[in-house]
Amino acid sequence: VPDIEACVEPHIPALRRFAWALIRNREEADDLVQDCLERAISRWQLRRSDGDVKAWLFTILRNLHISRWRRDRRRGPVLSLDEMGDPPASSSQPDQTLAAKDVLASLNELPEDQKSVILLIGVEDMSYQQAADILGVPVGTVMSRLSRGRERLRLRLESGRGPLLRRVK
Amino acid sequence: MTAPERPIGEDDVQAFVDGRVPPEREAALAAWFDANPQIAARAALERQHRDLLRERLAPLAAEPVPARLRVATIRTARRRARARWMPAAAAVLIFAAGLAGGWIMRGEIPPPREAPVARVADEGFAAYRTYVSEVAHPVEVDAKQEAHLVQWLSRRLGRPLKAPDLSGYGYRLMGGRLLPAGQGVGAQFMYDDQAGRRLTLYVRAGESGETAFRFRQEGAVSTFYWIDQGFGFAVTAAADRSELLAASEAVYRQMEGLATDAAGH
Repeated sequence: VPDIEACVEPHIPALRRFAWALIRNREEADDLVQDCLERAISRWQLRRSDGDVKAWLFTILRNLHISRWRRDRRRGPVLSLDEMGDPPASSSQPDQTLAAKDVLASLNELPEDQKSVILLIGVEDMSYQQAADILGVPVGTVMSRLSRGRERLRLRLESGRGPLLRRVK
Repeated sequence: MTAPERPIGEDDVQAFVDGRVPPEREAALAAWFDANPQIAARAALERQHRDLLRERLAPLAAEPVPARLRVATIRTARRRARARWMPAAAAVLIFAAGLAGGWIMRGEIPPPREAPVARVADEGFAAYRTYVSEVAHPVEVDAKQEAHLVQWLSRRLGRPLKAPDLSGYGYRLMGGRLLPAGQGVGAQFMYDDQAGRRLTLYVRAGESGETAFRFRQEGAVSTFYWIDQGFGFAVTAAADRSELLAASEAVYRQMEGLATDAAGH
C-alpha cells in the first residue's frame, strides 16, 4: 500500500495555489485545501490504487469549491474587499507587475469553468485529458473552454479594465 | 508517399499557447501561422499572458506549507476525534448487540441476511434486468428532459443527483426512472452506446457509512457497487471489468461533492 503522505504531500503547494486563484483569500483557500485533504485521507482506500493522485486531489478540491460556491451564492456574498489581496509581487520589473496584476484581475472576472481550465492547464501543467477528468467533461469541451477563456482574457487585457463588449457575429 | 496533413485546429493553437505542440505538428502549424498572421499574433499574445499568469502565481506554490495542512497533522486530529467517541460507541454497540441477541432468540426479528452493500448490488442487478431489455419504455423520463429528470429524482431521493456524463466511455444518456427500494426509493439512469449496449446507474437512498468499490459478475453482466455518503450506487452493464471500472470511477467522481452540497444546506 503506497504511503498517503508520500503520495499526497508533494501536491499540496499546487493545491494551495489553485485554491487561492479560485477564491482569492488565503485563509479560505487553506480551509478548502484542508477539507480536501481530510476527504482524501478518509477516502484513501476508495481511490484506484494505480490512479492519478494529483488529478484525484484536484477533483476533490474543485468539487468542494463548487458546492461551497453554490451554497454561498444562496446565502449571499460574505467576501470582504480587504480580503481580496494579491499574492506577494515577484521581484520582476515594475511595469510587468502592473500587467501581472491585470492578468490576475482579468482572470478573476472569467466564469468559473473557464478560470478552472486556464489554471489547471496553463498553471498546474495538467494534460488536456487530466483537466477533462477533473472537470467531468469531454476533452473537446476542455479545448473550447480553454480557447474561449484565453480569448476573453486577452480581450480584457488588450482593452484595459473596461467591461467586455459582447461581440456580435 | 505522405498522407495529407490533418487541418490545423483549436487544439493545435492551444497546444502552441501551452508550448506543447507535438513535434510532428510543428511544421504544419508554423506554415499555417505564416499564412494567418493575425491569428498567429493573437496566439503569441495568449502565450505571453499564460507565462505572466504562471509567473504571478508561482510564489504561492513556493511558500512553506502551513502545519495544519500536513497529512500527519490531519491524521492525528482524525484519530483523536475517533478515540474520543470510541468508548461510548463500543458501549452502545455492546448494549445493542445484547438487546438484538435477545430479540433474535425470541424470534422477534430475523437475523440480518447480508450486508446492505450487497443489497445495492442485488437491486441494481434486478433493475438492470427489468429495464435493459425493454424496447418500448426503457425509461420513464427521456434524456431530452434531463434537467427535469435530475430535479425530480433529486427531490425524491433527497440528495442532489446528476446524470453523470459518460460520453468519454462511449455511453450516452437515454433517461431514467424512479424505483421502489425497500422502504425507500431508488433511481435508475440508463445509457446506451453506439452498438446499442446499455449501462445502468442505480442509486438508492437510506444507506450509511461508506465502502470501497466492490465487483460482482452474473453471467455476462457485471456490476461495480459501493456506498458513499448515505447512498448506495451500482453501475451495471454487459461489459468487461476494466471498461466498467472506468465508467464507475467517472460516476463516483462526478457524484462526489454533490452530496456535500446537500449537507451544507
